[in-house]
Amino acid sequence: MDTREKDIEKLKDYKYGFTTNIENIKAPKGLNEDVIKFISNIKKEPKWMLEFRLKAFERFKLLKEPNWQKPKYPKIDYQNLYYYSAPKSLKDKPKSLDELDPKLLETYKKLGIPLQEQARLNGIAVDAVFDSVSVATTFKGELTKHGIIFCSMSEAIQKHPDLVKKYLGTVIPTTDHFFATLNSAVFTDGSFVYIPEGVKCPMELSTYFRINASETGQFERTLIIADKGSYVSYLEGCTAPMRDENQLHAANVELIALDDAEIKYSTVQNWYPGDENGKGGIYNFVTKRGLCKGKNSKISWTQVETGSAITWKYPSCILKGDNSIGEFYSIAITNNHQKADTGTKMIHLGKNTKSKIISKGISAGFSDMTYRGLVDINSKAKNSSNYTQCDSLLMGNKCGAHTVPYIKNKNFDSHIAHEATTSKISEDQLHYCQQRGLNSEEAVGLIVNGFCKEVLQQLPMEFAVEAQKLVGISLEGSVG
Amino acid sequence: MKEQLKIDFEKILKKTELSKKNISFKKDHFNKFCDSGFPSKKLENWKFLDLNQIIKKNIGEISFNNDYSITNKIDTSVFIDCLEHNKIIFINGRIEKIDFHYEDKNKIEIHDDIEVENKSENINSLIDLNNAFSNKYYKILVKKDYTPKKPLIIYHLTNEKMKTKIINLRLDFELEQSSSLKLIDFFDDTSDKNFTNIFYKFDLKQDSILKNYKIDKSLNKNLKYFYNNIDQEKNSISETFVLSAGSNYFKNEINCNLKGEYSSAFINGIFSLKENQQHEIRSTINHLVENTKSYQLIKSVLGKNAKAAYQGRIYVDSKAQKTDGYQLSKAILLDGTSEFNAKPELEIYADDVKCSHGSASGSLDENSIFYLMSRGLSYKQSKELLINGFMLDVVEKITDAEIKNLIKNMIGLKE
Repeated sequence: MDTREKDIEKLKDYKYGFTTNIENIKAPKGLNEDVIKFISNIKKEPKWMLEFRLKAFERFKLLKEPNWQKPKYPKIDYQNLYYYSAPKSLKDKPKSLDELDPKLLETYKKLGIPLQEQARLNGIAVDAVFDSVSVATTFKGELTKHGIIFCSMSEAIQKHPDLVKKYLGTVIPTTDHFFATLNSAVFTDGSFVYIPEGVKCPMELSTYFRINASETGQFERTLIIADKGSYVSYLEGCTAPMRDENQLHAANVELIALDDAEIKYSTVQNWYPGDENGKGGIYNFVTKRGLCKGKNSKISWTQVETGSAITWKYPSCILKGDNSIGEFYSIAITNNHQKADTGTKMIHLGKNTKSKIISKGISAGFSDMTYRGLVDINSKAKNSSNYTQCDSLLMGNKCGAHTVPYIKNKNFDSHIAHEATTSKISEDQLHYCQQRGLNSEEAVGLIVNGFCKEVLQQLPMEFAVEAQKLVGISLEGSVG
Repeated sequence: MKEQLKIDFEKILKKTELSKKNISFKKDHFNKFCDSGFPSKKLENWKFLDLNQIIKKNIGEISFNNDYSITNKIDTSVFIDCLEHNKIIFINGRIEKIDFHYEDKNKIEIHDDIEVENKSENINSLIDLNNAFSNKYYKILVKKDYTPKKPLIIYHLTNEKMKTKIINLRLDFELEQSSSLKLIDFFDDTSDKNFTNIFYKFDLKQDSILKNYKIDKSLNKNLKYFYNNIDQEKNSISETFVLSAGSNYFKNEINCNLKGEYSSAFINGIFSLKENQQHEIRSTINHLVENTKSYQLIKSVLGKNAKAAYQGRIYVDSKAQKTDGYQLSKAILLDGTSEFNAKPELEIYADDVKCSHGSASGSLDENSIFYLMSRGLSYKQSKELLINGFMLDVVEKITDAEIKNLIKNMIGLKE
């Protein structure tokens, strides 16, 4: 058996892993300059884009993989990955829902996702009743009317090179940390959003409605620019469980808010978390960073993290403009053997900047959850303030909940307040709910939803309802 | 630095009469220190204040050897005279006097022939340095059921005659069942630009009580590192108070292992820093069994260019159900150049626990100042009054009335 076959054999253990035999165009295995040139070439990128990638790769060669995080994972062999493969053709995709894992279908049912949508999520060709393409076109027309650009990253590089060139890499430079730099070198696709001056985006933008949204690959790159006085709310992911073929996900998300602009970024992440014994599952190592560049700008991150074997991300805000505001609302739920190390960074540079952090962590089973956050108030950030609250809920004594906040205050005009608590669901609360006819699982769901309320209400309406159900489902089987 | 280090270490090995075991223990730690050097900000625990840089900036070249053969004259003027007490006096790192004349001689034992443990501590490079270079170390044993009549004050004094740049010092304490000890560490320096590295190890047996007060009050240009390791058995109580105000750099590390049920640990600290001072407290409380309790309160008042850091960690083992852990740090920044960093950490593996922490920092409340000024106080007076109240809160936590008053008088706090 040659080495490649051996590798494939090894990876077969992971059901949704690297085993799919890709027949389409693909880059040779491994990471080197040729592969990057190959990616750039196949996407017909301009020269500056290739230079951007190569610069990042030069830097990447000097970097070491970080290992300070709490969840440890087996070493990833970066030379043993495919960095580009064209999306699967229809004939590789499942023909009907019957071919799918019954467990997955069960979850869909609980979440109340319609049949057609279930099919779409799994890339099954859909009939005329639910034509995603036509839905998308209707939306596109509406957006174009307002001058909003919402397209894939590759399209933006071709059609709006000036904007991409001006902003790409300004928040997450090519010289950033290991995974971000890797992404800069090999990213394949992602979303691009530009909201022109003074425009309030009339609808929630979502990856869900963008054509070719699925299969963006493991190295996704998103860039959102809100010009002066504009507003946009962007949704990423969906409540339905996502099964992906790549185990490592290292996406980069950059947000830029100019004067008086506001960006609201919501994430619901429910990727494959591995089975009950902690086997398999996705590594979600994402770099998300927002820059409040202009005065009075605002960036708000909301995340509901229930999936992935390991979640390792810190959506951050750099509050550069005076009077800018950064917000972070997070619910992270880990069950079975899932691990999460997540939180935020609020870097106050401008005057009168404000930030708020609300983080709710719930761990059950054998899982491990860490909130890690930084609040850094620079000496020039006069009259700034921060409020942080992180609460953890533990279910059972096999799991862990940790809080690691870093607080740096270099300014005497500024105020920082931080609070954290750790507790469990009390017997009294459970008893009360059960007395009124709920079974123990419903009772836990209700109590946990109450615990998460502050964050859930930040989500867009239709999302919030689904997210609430998701919270309950994620904790299934954790109450004995 | 490396060559000087080797020469000095050879001198130590030659001079003191050491057992074979002791020599290998020292060599072992010496090699470890050689490998790692002084801790720098690359290490997570030294992130906020980089000791390596601070030493370079404040001391420059370091010599490691300390000549323990010359006796020093004891300057009695620094003694605390409003409180009757037992004494241990260190001058320039050399033990000059041990005086327990208030106590029952049979109830307190002092050993100076402790065999080193086989298991070497792997804490940080400063402990390695300490183990390699410290002179013989003493162990103080308080016998079963004994409560000393008077507190013990350990004077850490330095004077201008000091030849070495670094003092390494180690003491061990054992409190037998139902015994207790009140211990004050008092610092007074007239030397300039040296580094004191102290390592205390406490062993608290069942029902014993330890009260440890560290007072670093008089302004000086020295750097200090103080590591306390406290092991606690069933029902034991430890109380640690730190007044961190005098030295240019002072880091207190307190590592508390709550190994017995119903044991509890209390840590209270005040930073009162003026120009260019950099101080840090790092506490680790390990809740290892059921029904243990810890409480921490740290308050800082920071002046011009002053920098304070507090790293507090509460660890709760999966066995340690019904843990009660609390931690609060508050800071007042008086000047645009002062800086406060905090890292309050919770690491919890048990579900039936009550753990919380809080941290706040900011300037003095303008409304409170306005309130006081509208009642006739000057701006300066109102500020002083508010700071007074802010710090008094911590001092009030001291459980020993006599020592509480002593510390209040020292800082000049009014009630």
